[in-house]
Amino acid sequence: MKFGVVRFPGSCDEVDAVLACEQQGEAEILWHGDRDLKGADAIVVPGGFSYGDYLRVGAIAQFSPVMDAVAEFARDGGPVLGICNGFQVLCEAGLLPGALLPNTELRFLCRQVDVEVVNADTPFTSSCGQGQVLSIPVKHTTGRYYAPDDTLAELEANGQIVFRYAEGWNPNGSARDIAGVSNQAGNVVGLMPHPEHAVDPLTGSADGALLFASAAARAVAA
Amino acid sequence: MSAEATSPDLREEARALGLTDSEYDLIAQKIGRPPNGLELAVFSLMWSEHCAYKHSKKLLRRLPVEGPHLLMGPGENAGAVDVGDGLAIAFKVESHNHPSAVEPFQGAATGVGGIMRDIFAVGARPIAVLDSLRFGELDSSRSRYLLDGAVSGIGHYGNSIGVATVGGEVYFEGPYEQNCLVNAMCLGIAPQERLTRSAAAGLGNHLVLMGARTGRDGIGGASVLASAEFGDDDADKRPTVQIGDPFEEKKVMEACLELLDRELLASLQDLGAAGLSSSSSEMASGGKVGLDIDVAKVPLREADMEPFEIMVSESQERMLAVVEPERLAEVEAVCERWEVRCTVIGSVTDTRHLRVFSGDELVGDMPVDALVDDCPLYDLAPEEPAEQIYPAPKRTLEPSEDLAENLLALLGSSNIASRRPLFEQYDCMVQSRTVRRPEAADAAVLQLAHDTGGGSTAIAVSIDGNGRRVACDPYWGTVEAVLECASNLACVGAEPLGLTNCLNFGNPERPHIAWQLSQSVDGMTAALNELGVPVVGGNVSLYNQSGDGPIYPTPVVGMVGLIPEAERAAAIGLGFREEGHVIAMCGTPQPSLAGSELAKLRGEPLPTALPQADFAAVMQAQDAVRDAVRAGDLASAHDIAEGGFLVAIAECCLAGGIGAKLEFPDSADASYADLEPYLFGEAVGGFIVSGTREAIERLAQRVPTDVFGAVGGQMLELATGERTARVSTAQLRSASAALASVFA
Repeated sequence: MKFGVVRFPGSCDEVDAVLACEQQGEAEILWHGDRDLKGADAIVVPGGFSYGDYLRVGAIAQFSPVMDAVAEFARDGGPVLGICNGFQVLCEAGLLPGALLPNTELRFLCRQVDVEVVNADTPFTSSCGQGQVLSIPVKHTTGRYYAPDDTLAELEANGQIVFRYAEGWNPNGSARDIAGVSNQAGNVVGLMPHPEHAVDPLTGSADGALLFASAAARAVAA
Repeated sequence: MSAEATSPDLREEARALGLTDSEYDLIAQKIGRPPNGLELAVFSLMWSEHCAYKHSKKLLRRLPVEGPHLLMGPGENAGAVDVGDGLAIAFKVESHNHPSAVEPFQGAATGVGGIMRDIFAVGARPIAVLDSLRFGELDSSRSRYLLDGAVSGIGHYGNSIGVATVGGEVYFEGPYEQNCLVNAMCLGIAPQERLTRSAAAGLGNHLVLMGARTGRDGIGGASVLASAEFGDDDADKRPTVQIGDPFEEKKVMEACLELLDRELLASLQDLGAAGLSSSSSEMASGGKVGLDIDVAKVPLREADMEPFEIMVSESQERMLAVVEPERLAEVEAVCERWEVRCTVIGSVTDTRHLRVFSGDELVGDMPVDALVDDCPLYDLAPEEPAEQIYPAPKRTLEPSEDLAENLLALLGSSNIASRRPLFEQYDCMVQSRTVRRPEAADAAVLQLAHDTGGGSTAIAVSIDGNGRRVACDPYWGTVEAVLECASNLACVGAEPLGLTNCLNFGNPERPHIAWQLSQSVDGMTAALNELGVPVVGGNVSLYNQSGDGPIYPTPVVGMVGLIPEAERAAAIGLGFREEGHVIAMCGTPQPSLAGSELAKLRGEPLPTALPQADFAAVMQAQDAVRDAVRAGDLASAHDIAEGGFLVAIAECCLAGGIGAKLEFPDSADASYADLEPYLFGEAVGGFIVSGTREAIERLAQRVPTDVFGAVGGQMLELATGERTARVSTAQLRSASAALASVFA
């Protein structure tokens, strides 16, 4: 099992993502300027401030060569996980529905939150129990999930809501407490909380490791 | 300003730039002729207080700078200590007070950016930031504006660049109203062999400027802003504040670390105060060489900049490197990959002069020694004031004998209330090292290796400096700050390795300020000698005063310590943990209400002396607590500080989400007046610990330890004879959340 972790200029959490992936298999950094995914079985688009978040969060990264390759990988059914800024990038690239808006309090917020697994049937949640509550941190300024009501209804009907903030834990005003969604096929998942920062009890929690373990288990099964 | 070879007498200009007539004459003597405009601009910065430490250097020589763990001491971009396994931790604290008082967001942001460059300039990857902030009282809209801007700026820079902000402190006091303090500390990690010095070397080597283009921002920042008092025209100084771009710095940082890793650089230096002028002359001075710089080669933001402007610009996110000619192509390739601008702007010479060219024309020629070493150093004229020079704080709490009322007032006061609304605006976890987050323990804890199998060592770091206590007694107040830092480290099982300081004071040319500074340095020296801890580097920020008077004397100290097993630190916090655990105080502090937070709330005048700390007793308590934490004996450990004993207990309840029941049978007959100093007085050297009865008994064999209660329930209950107080943890929580409204 090999993970590829994208590095844009301004990525911050890519090394953390590599550490999380390496608990489950191999991991390699994918340079933004290369189209080569280096044979990765799953892709992680990590958190940070790609291209300084200039213009609009996640807006510039979608045009990097590596994202062409990631989009193609995703269209072919390859598992792709977008975390925080990675989630924003995948939404901007049209690989995931909806958009991320500034938090209702308009401030950066770093906080451990409870996140409920709403759909345990994706490549990144298959090792979680349906309804399992994970303790994972959020840290962002622009994490309020938004989509028009009819889209939200569609997402719910299709099982595309993958994560919700547990009751009382919504930190940013996200619509319907949505913390993470998938594309219609289910192979592309994005979430605002940072599972790569919850892979070791020593630094707070190991619940996030389940996401990477899910991808590894799926790759082995395949 | 012009730069002709034959200059008119620029004495008037020199005065405007902050130089005295005798300093001007000395410059002319050193150059062998009157300086031209460019030379005068460069000298005025290099000989400013900010760069030359001309009023503090003699004092700073008193501080201990040797220690068994020291790898790199004062004089480099940052100091470094040995943390074992071939690793070094580089760290330094620096002020960005004056820019922050003029424009808090950019001032604080570039303060963080500047201190990070100091850390990666020595080859260390920045892993953590702490900040130390001082503002006026929160009932002032200016203070709230400065607080909001500074916190946003720190977060903006640190969060965007991917370095965790793991701790810090903030105080609100009247004397900081016009002159806030923003000190930022950064720690970095490096393999010891990658530690890099800034001395330029190798005749004919290229001088390479990396990073952002040079613009007109920050011109005169160090001389105009940082080395003079504030007046009425501060809005006019806004253009002297630099603008930060963390995205640029992130790229520059990654490029520099890769270049150092591949051993492609002969030396590296960041561009901070006084820009190219100070970075180049310090590199030349360190290497005992000369440098030729062609300002026409410097990439500019604005095409029509004068040579002197290019030399003194404080544009951010720039680094200066010395590169051997045969390595240049590789250096350029690395920079190109990281999309970092990299330009050869000069070369290393044997002239011992800094020569500035604009194309073929020589526009400045200055002896390096004159720039760096020959600024006159001044003796202070300290004079102890006959009475307290600071007014009494404004009364906000009427005296009362109601314990619960006093406790809740203290918990809700600005200097004690939870800092959560601030630190939640900072990423405290990026890089996956943070074992203890803010308000989880008395010190932040960072693991050194990402070894999820366990067995990693860790470091602890804390930053302290209660200015009001130092205003009461500059000597013993500073001793307290240093000892309290060490106590914070002891609470997570860490042994101190080194200290960095930032001395924030008023105008040292005034005798009472000179006395504060001198006493404070002496107190720091005494405490460090007792602890056996060296100063690895730091910064001095003087002239922090306005028409309202000087700030409180504020020596800020940041201490780094080592923890052999990260797991032990992860198991300990300040919060009570388990129903039935015994609560005890260890140590023999001699608390007094004088100069305490309670006295401040009551508007009592500042005293002119604090109780003297008993070094041996404080260190005995620190040693015992540290060993007990390392042995895994204790459930919680918390240093008693602002607000005293009862506030510390309440903080343990809040952090643990559990109540406590306290009994003081020995004080059954005590009057309220006798009780109050014990419950709310302040002194260094006391710890609140909890654990099993056996664990507390073991601790009591090493150090005086008084058991006075047990953990449990959801009430903080206290009984002494007939007198009782009951406060629910929900009430404690609500009081402690007072700062949330400031950011609402």
